[in-house]
Amino acid sequence: MQIGLLYSRIRKDEKLLLSELRERGHDVTKIDVRKHQFGLDGTTAPVDDLDVVVDRCLATSRSLYATRFIESYGVPVVNSPETAEICADKAKNSLALAEAGVPTPETKVAFTKESAMEAIEAFGYPCVLKPVVGSWGRLMAKIDSRSAAEAILEHKATLGHYEHKVFYVQEFVEKPGRDIRVLATDGEPVAAMTRSSEHWLTNAAKGGETEAFELDDEALELVEKASDAVGGGLLGVDLMETGDSYTVHEVNHTVEFKALNGTTDVDVPATVVDWLESKAAEKTAAEALA
Amino acid sequence: MTEAECAECGATLDLADDLETGEIIDCGTCGAELEVIDVNPPVLDRAPELEEDWGE
Repeated sequence: MQIGLLYSRIRKDEKLLLSELRERGHDVTKIDVRKHQFGLDGTTAPVDDLDVVVDRCLATSRSLYATRFIESYGVPVVNSPETAEICADKAKNSLALAEAGVPTPETKVAFTKESAMEAIEAFGYPCVLKPVVGSWGRLMAKIDSRSAAEAILEHKATLGHYEHKVFYVQEFVEKPGRDIRVLATDGEPVAAMTRSSEHWLTNAAKGGETEAFELDDEALELVEKASDAVGGGLLGVDLMETGDSYTVHEVNHTVEFKALNGTTDVDVPATVVDWLESKAAEKTAAEALA
Repeated sequence: MTEAECAECGATLDLADDLETGEIIDCGTCGAELEVIDVNPPVLDRAPELEEDWGE
């Protein structure tokens, strides 16, 4: 197949994908989004003959716009711009999960310090304040007291980008020192792992220790529902254990999988490429019918 | 194994054969983050600074 890879930085994840694609003899076109323009009637990027484009942009803003333009040229893109738009924004992500009946932490969004403080006091301490856009656990705050809340809200309102004036307040979930990352393709799990840390943030990017995890029926169902809720695609679904059940706190759309590949027995890039091949086959079948 | 010069300190870096344009590597001498601009021959430049919306 002819596959395009949108990027601006090649991480180990992209190297794994590129290596698997080339080993299978696919024709890969790397598209550095920094070097191209995307116009209303076309782009300088060589996308015309591609069966599918995979978005691996590291920057959320680039991911959102580049996928939207590429879809407008009639080229299939994964993940879709619709999925990217929901997953890129924690508030939209939370709404989509709740609307789909997926258990997710109680969340409130406020637009002023005063209103955010009311939300924080209503949750009680500790609670969590997150940026609506961001990754790798950056700028996440666990708030233990009113004085800490006042300081953080003041800093965010004064120093931050306008997005930091959208205050996303969430209940603190007492998880057992770990959360669960599931990589899924259209709701079908590829592999899962736990990320453990003594710190409340357990992200692999923060140095959380990883271990393979076997999903039970309930988790399998939640992963499928969470994937559907955001429009499907190649996704990282994050769950937390809540005693006898789970809560899904977010779904990631340009998911990293190098840690998962090293933690589980699953050949993650091979499974992802299997899925990409099925996406390209769907396009071929649709063209045959047209 | 190929070689290239660090754009920050000028040290010579040994690079893996499966180098990709866009890949980020660290200079073992000065610690700078470098981006692979070209692979044949390898050319390195200072990597872009981390931005707020980067991540998965």
